Amino acid sequence: MLPRFWRKIKYRYDLVGTKCKNCGNSYYPPRNLCPVCRRKSDIAEMKFSGRGEVISYSVVHEAPEDLKAQKPYVVALIKLEEGPVITSQLVCDPENVRTGMRVKKAFRKYGEEGEAGIIYYGTKFVPDE
Amino acid sequence: MIGIVSYGTYIPRYRIKAEEIARIWGEDGDVISRGLGIIQKSVPSLDEDTATIAVEAAREAVQRVKIDTTKIGAVYVGSESHPYVVKPTATIVGEALGIGNEYFAADLEFACKAGTAGMQNCIAMAKAGVIEYGLAIGADTSQGAPGDPLEYSASAGGAAYLIGSKDVIAEVEAMYSFTSDTPDFWRKEGQPYPSHGGRFTGTPAYFRHVTSAAKLIMERTGLNASDFKYAVFHQPNGKFPARAAKMLGFSSEQIKQGLIVPYIGNTYSGSSLLGLAAVLDVVKPDERILLISFGSGAGSDAFVIRATKAIEDLERNPKVWDKIKGGVYIDYGLYLKFRRKIKVR
Repeated sequence: MLPRFWRKIKYRYDLVGTKCKNCGNSYYPPRNLCPVCRRKSDIAEMKFSGRGEVISYSVVHEAPEDLKAQKPYVVALIKLEEGPVITSQLVCDPENVRTGMRVKKAFRKYGEEGEAGIIYYGTKFVPDE
Repeated sequence: MIGIVSYGTYIPRYRIKAEEIARIWGEDGDVISRGLGIIQKSVPSLDEDTATIAVEAAREAVQRVKIDTTKIGAVYVGSESHPYVVKPTATIVGEALGIGNEYFAADLEFACKAGTAGMQNCIAMAKAGVIEYGLAIGADTSQGAPGDPLEYSASAGGAAYLIGSKDVIAEVEAMYSFTSDTPDFWRKEGQPYPSHGGRFTGTPAYFRHVTSAAKLIMERTGLNASDFKYAVFHQPNGKFPARAAKMLGFSSEQIKQGLIVPYIGNTYSGSSLLGLAAVLDVVKPDERILLISFGSGAGSDAFVIRATKAIEDLERNPKVWDKIKGGVYIDYGLYLKFRRKIKVR
C-alpha cells in the first residue's frame, strides 16, 4: 500500500494529468497512451487549472468505515475546464450542492492507516461561487 | 532589497462561539468572551490539518505572483501541531506545489513563533544569495484540553510568505529576536494537550518578550511608535496584544486592522502572520508595519516591514477579513467530533 500511494503522490496532491499533443485531448488520471490516437499518441504531462463544474453528484449516506465520521458527504462528477470528467469528493453541505455549480480544487486529507499509520493527502473540490 | 514577494492565507470555515463552549462547562460565556477578548474561534474539519492548511496558504501566495514554483529554494513550515512527530510537513508542501527536489526544507517548532522563525531563515538565505525565493509558513490546528481555558482560544489557520529579492511588495527593513528560557507553556512527547503556567504566561512570558523585542528593534532602527502605520502582535487572546500595544505607546487604531483573534481565536504559528496578512491587504506604499510574534518557551521575533510601490500591483483578494466573515457555526458536539475528541472503535 505504501509504495502504491507514494507512486501516485504527484498526481493526487495536485491535478497533474497528461495531454496528447497529437489530438489535443487531456486526461486525468494520467494516461501513457492516448486512446484516440493510439500509436500516434504524443503524450506529455500537464497540470490542470483545478477549476471545473459539477455535472452530477451523489450524497453518500452509507459510507465505508473510514469515512463514516464525514457522512453525509458529496461525491461529484466534475468536468474540469480543460475537458476531463473526474470523480471526487466535494466538500460542501449536501443541501447546497447542485449541478452546474462552479468548483475548484482543494488540498485535503483522504484518510489515514489507523492511529499509527501514514496519512493520505490529495485533491478534493470545494464550491467556487 | 529583501522582503515579502507575496503572501497567502487559509482559515477553516467552521466556527464555534466561546458562549457555546462556556455552556458545556457551566461558565458564563459573556464573562469569558469579555475577559479573553474572544467571541469565537475557527475549527478545522475532519479532513483538514496543519499540512492541508499550509498547502492552501502557500498555493494562494504562489498564485498571486504566478512564479515558476521550481524557483522556490526553501520551504520552512512552523507549527506546534505538525501531523507527524517524525516526518516533515515541509515535504508535503513542496510536493503539492510542484517545487521539484532541489530545495532546502525543514519543519520548525517554537510554540507560536515557528512561522516567523521560518521567515527569518528565508530572509537570511535570500540575503546571502543562497535562494531566489523561500517559502515561510506558519500553520496550526492547535488543541486545548476540554474544560481548560485554552479551549476557548486554540484554533486553526495559517499564512504563507514568499520571501525574495525581486518584485518585493514589502521590504523587511530590520529583524530582531528576544529569547530566554521561560517555561510558560509546553507539551511533552505523547501528551495530547499542552500544559501552561496559567497567569505565569502573562508578565514574565508574553509581555516581557513582546515588549523587549519591540523596544530593541525600535532602538536599533531609531523608530518610534508614531513611525508605524500598523502594529501586529502575537494574539493568544484579544487582551494581551491590546495591552502590549498600550505599554509600547501604540494606539488601538494602529493594531485594529491586524487584530483578528476575537473572530477566529489563536491560530498559534499562524496568529501574528495572519494578522500581518490582514494588514498587507490594505497597506499603502511606504507605510511601515511593526510585527512582533511570540512563542512560549520563550521568545519574540520582531520585524520592521515597509510596503513598496509594487504592493499596488499585487492581487490582494480574497482578503483575510473576508475569510474571517464567511464562517459556519457548529455546536460543541460537532466540535468534539471534528477535533477527534470522541473515541470510537
